[in-house]
Amino acid sequence: MEQLESQIAEWRSYVRRSPAVDGHDVDELEAHLRDQIADLGQGGLAADEAFLVAVKRMGGFDDLSREFAREHSGRLWKQLVLSDPGEQHLDSRWPEALMFAVGAAVAVQIARLVAGFPAQEPSWLARNASLLVLPFVAGYFALRRHLPVRQWLLTAAPFVAAAVVINLYPYREDASTELLVAVHLPVALWFVVAYPYIGGVVRSHARRMDFVRFTGEWFIYYVLIGLGGMVLAGLTAGILTPTGVDPERIFEWVMPSGAAGAVVVAAWLVESKQRVVENMAPVLTMIFTPLFAVMLVGAAVVYAVTGLGGAFDRELLSVFDALMVVVLGLVLYGMSARDASHLPGWMDRIQLVAVVSALLLDLMVLGAMVARIGDLGFTPNRTVALGLNLVLLVNLAGAAWLSARFLTGRTTFHRLEHWQTTYLPVFALWATTVVVVLPPLFAFA
Amino acid sequence: MQIDKDLVAASAMPLVLAILAEGESYGYAILKRVRELSDGELEWTDGMLYPLLHRLHRLGYVTGEWRTPPEGRRRRYYAVTDKGHAALAEHKRQWVAVTRALRDAWGSDVLPYAFGRA
Repeated sequence: MEQLESQIAEWRSYVRRSPAVDGHDVDELEAHLRDQIADLGQGGLAADEAFLVAVKRMGGFDDLSREFAREHSGRLWKQLVLSDPGEQHLDSRWPEALMFAVGAAVAVQIARLVAGFPAQEPSWLARNASLLVLPFVAGYFALRRHLPVRQWLLTAAPFVAAAVVINLYPYREDASTELLVAVHLPVALWFVVAYPYIGGVVRSHARRMDFVRFTGEWFIYYVLIGLGGMVLAGLTAGILTPTGVDPERIFEWVMPSGAAGAVVVAAWLVESKQRVVENMAPVLTMIFTPLFAVMLVGAAVVYAVTGLGGAFDRELLSVFDALMVVVLGLVLYGMSARDASHLPGWMDRIQLVAVVSALLLDLMVLGAMVARIGDLGFTPNRTVALGLNLVLLVNLAGAAWLSARFLTGRTTFHRLEHWQTTYLPVFALWATTVVVVLPPLFAFA
Repeated sequence: MQIDKDLVAASAMPLVLAILAEGESYGYAILKRVRELSDGELEWTDGMLYPLLHRLHRLGYVTGEWRTPPEGRRRRYYAVTDKGHAALAEHKRQWVAVTRALRDAWGSDVLPYAFGRA
């Protein structure tokens, strides 16, 4: 009997090696194996014979993990880059990433030199910043995913189109539409990066979810690299000050390149060091979701009691846009860190509380805003703030509704994921609209 | 007789749904029931049932719940949802259409009673 237990344990650890099979699956398979062994034992087989037959009937390891992988592709993305055993293989690919990172860093500097930096810093530089960096990220993924020529062209086309559109528009001096374009273009282009990232399979919701995860992890890495860079800069300044060299002169050249290169490096890190961050996303969600829930509930109560008093700011909507983006980020982080097959837990409830409070807050502000928009008038900023707010409102309302249904057991978690992945093109479309339609609408003011 | 792999795969979902429609069950018992119903002619690789069950779960056709029955081991019990019943009904319609066509093509001596009443 003892021997059988150790055999089962060994089998367990063997099956567990497949990235597509998680702990609960192994439990389930083990229960099956034990049932089978017990039945075979009653039929007269000895324990070790029964074990062999039961394992044989379970099916080959490769076939089994392939079937599990097909159903649970979400688990597999973590191992995509680790599918080759041994991590040396991985590290040998870093020059590829470095090449693209250096490319981005150099592109930024060339553009600055062309613009006549440091004497001048024309506004087209800020407008084009993302066009100087994100093509390198897209190129990196196109190379990494071995895209065929046609898909390389499909990846490149939006970048070319964006370059044409934003540089041909005749913006006026200090145009606020120009600033809005500078902010929205990176968002629109990020969705272009999604195309090579998911290997051109745009219809696959599982792949889209992978990209959402990627975005979240990328953000964490980018912030971490940024923090490290700031420490480095601070120390450099401290060391250089006694020599009389002005560190500002160095930073104004180094920092933009660093920021550009880090975009590619962070993407490479997410690709290759997945397991590390995988542990970080759930922790961040665990810490911040309850904190935000408390803050939002508190704010909703205060707003409901005091109302939007005299301090009603014309640009209050932008603050709430930021709030909604953060809440959406928490929802997506929570989603990417969560195993879809688990039952609803207390984290899901807390998240729903946070989302609903944010929605209530936003509705109050939005109501006040819409009522006054006649007096205030539609400026480009206000139009974009209002539009973004509606886009986020619809998303979070849908998420809250589905989340409530999920908590009461009337729908599956996959439905929630599906809602978010279906909604992704709306964000892309909105960012593109701001870049393409808004400036002519407001006469490039 | 060895039933063709594609045919086994195609019939797997309606068969599992139909078995679960008889009452909630768990993996091993479902497989036993499959053998029973097909007189051992439908041979599945045991492990393949689970990805299928998980797929049904994802589609919302079944619910899955871990439970430990008195004097039994801990197992995941699956039960059909309303959506699953609807999917099963749809599968039935399609299979009836297929078998009817086959029966008409082959003459009535083959498939004498299959799906006749459904």
